[in-house]
Amino acid sequence: MAKRTLSEKLALLADAAKYDASCASSGGERRSSRDGAGLGSAGGAGICHAWAPDGRCVSLLKILLTNFCIYDCAYCINRASSRVERARFTVDEVVQLTIEFYRRNYIEGLFLSSGIIRSPDDTMAEMVRIARTLREREHFRGYIHLKTIPDAAPDLIAEAGKWADRLSINVELPTETALRQLAPEKSARTIHGAMAEVRARAEAARDRSHRGARPARFAPAGQSTQMIVGADPATDGQILSASSRLYADYQLRRVYYSAFSPIPDASRQLPLTRPPLQREHRLYQADWLMRFYGFAAAEIAPPSGMLDLEIDPKLAWALAHRGLFPVNVNRAPREMLLRVPGFGTRSVQRILEARRHRTLRYEDLLAIGCVVRHAEPFITLPGWSPRALPDAANLRARFAPAPAQLSLF
Amino acid sequence: MQVVLPRIGTVAAWRAEVRRLAATGVPPEAVQWAVGDAADDLFNAAPIAAGRAVPLTLPRDAVLAIETALHHSDPQRFARGYAIVLRLARKDLRWGDRSDPALRRLLDQEKAVRRDIHKMHGFVRFREVTPPGANRRAFAAWFEPDHPIVEPAAPFFARRFGDMDWLIATPGLTARCETGQLEFFATQGCAAPPADATEDLWRVYFASIFNPARLMIAAMASNMPRKYWKNLPEADLIPELIRSAPARVRAAHDAMTSAPRRPPRG
Ligand code: SF4
Repeated sequence: MAKRTLSEKLALLADAAKYDASCASSGGERRSSRDGAGLGSAGGAGICHAWAPDGRCVSLLKILLTNFCIYDCAYCINRASSRVERARFTVDEVVQLTIEFYRRNYIEGLFLSSGIIRSPDDTMAEMVRIARTLREREHFRGYIHLKTIPDAAPDLIAEAGKWADRLSINVELPTETALRQLAPEKSARTIHGAMAEVRARAEAARDRSHRGARPARFAPAGQSTQMIVGADPATDGQILSASSRLYADYQLRRVYYSAFSPIPDASRQLPLTRPPLQREHRLYQADWLMRFYGFAAAEIAPPSGMLDLEIDPKLAWALAHRGLFPVNVNRAPREMLLRVPGFGTRSVQRILEARRHRTLRYEDLLAIGCVVRHAEPFITLPGWSPRALPDAANLRARFAPAPAQLSLF
Repeated sequence: MQVVLPRIGTVAAWRAEVRRLAATGVPPEAVQWAVGDAADDLFNAAPIAAGRAVPLTLPRDAVLAIETALHHSDPQRFARGYAIVLRLARKDLRWGDRSDPALRRLLDQEKAVRRDIHKMHGFVRFREVTPPGANRRAFAAWFEPDHPIVEPAAPFFARRFGDMDWLIATPGLTARCETGQLEFFATQGCAAPPADATEDLWRVYFASIFNPARLMIAAMASNMPRKYWKNLPEADLIPELIRSAPARVRAAHDAMTSAPRRPPRG
């Protein structure tokens, strides 16, 4: 193989990383380099430095250390049996790309993952070396996210957490059966074990000992994971209950959903078509409802187990529980206001604040920033009452978009 | 009477003027605000109409939001800000009451300014201009914000790029940070800095991280409006990425369905 240039490697190893959905760079430790002795800052709101035409924000240098891999996960373009072109960065190349991109304000930091070369420990050790070099030699204070290899030795995970802001371990698939079939070298037990390890270390790092000694730093921006959607037959209901268990058991900051992309040279076990992107979108909305709106997984996923692709899950829930509406905006408790379609968390906060001083009228909702058009059928307040709630079919038609979209074929 | 605020340190000067005006109870409609050089205005010399002093005690949130909104380009912002300060101080207005048109306008402008600052933090692109033999690296950028926000936006860059010197020029002001000293001055000329080879790598990255199977142009354009494109080195790749996306997806799909599906190796 001819020696590849840095630019060729970058093209291959960025292309291979684009199936990872995460681009978060917020939260964690506040750092700056105002002292002049380093480069970078972190800890505020995340910043997006560009948007690609796929609508995704470009915030981190998201690359693979290498796309060589000794594993053979059926859904992955980099698996051992795939005929994809291979490349591998050196430690120094990744360090230099990160620093030079950062200095030009292209990125918030690095999101590094990797195929498994030689062994999980070897690979993890090399990723840790990159993070350590950035911190110790380059005095880099920007954001680092390392995708952790679950089979790596615990002391490597501990060291990863010392240098990185965030660690992630991908659960890959929603059910253990699917994981067994599609990723034979991986095990749910190892993955969950590694997540539990990360959680325990993160908690230990937050706990000051009774003598007040400061414990060693560990991944202050927490851990996240990613699940591939549509490579196996799991329903949305199964996916959401898997997520809610992950949030509860491992204190994850985020579960990312990635619609399965059919890949060239795929294994026979996989579907040839991709799930609609809209499915991924609805899962994110449902996930959001679980984290910020007080919904439980079982409430959102309908009996069929699949989310409605045409209307968002909050509206779907409201239509299925029409008896609870209309809601009196001036009197309903916070939990119920949060369930009104068209009311976001911030609008609800503003409603609660404003109604301490006076009775809210219909016109106020516009000023507050509610999506009144969506909320109308579900609320009552001076200046507006929905008379009789229209029947479900009509209501649904009012919100559902004209069919046929999002297909490229 | 006319109050002329300087181009640099505008908000601090406005704050000082507001204290002075409120202390003598000058009504908002008696003040004309301007930025830049004092105009020869007859009223300028008119004596201040003395009224009752208004003690200024405002919620901290209010002060921050009002001062942020003062970085908007709306010429009425200083007058609106002063009027709102007086109404808040006299308890004629409750902070946060969005049913008040003037306050709502101010809050909308505050939001627009914060968004503009956020976009500047994301979209400034530095090019290296380190002089030969220098012991600190130096970078420069040209940026065109919607509002005069260089002063509130610059400290972010000073916190972030501590070990290098940098300069950001905009159509109004230029911010420069050398060996940690941040300063502002009026921009002279508007030449973009010379080309930088790392930009080519960045363009390669931008094109490679894009997934042609998920074209969502509206989402991109709403977050990265076209007006910013001319100063983004990656933006001129976008039309071709969009144009070729369907063909790339078709090619991948054909390769998938026609190629014999091989059993795993080994
Ligand atoms: S281990 Fe990771 S890179 Fe290797 S085949 Fe599996 S998913 Fe792909």
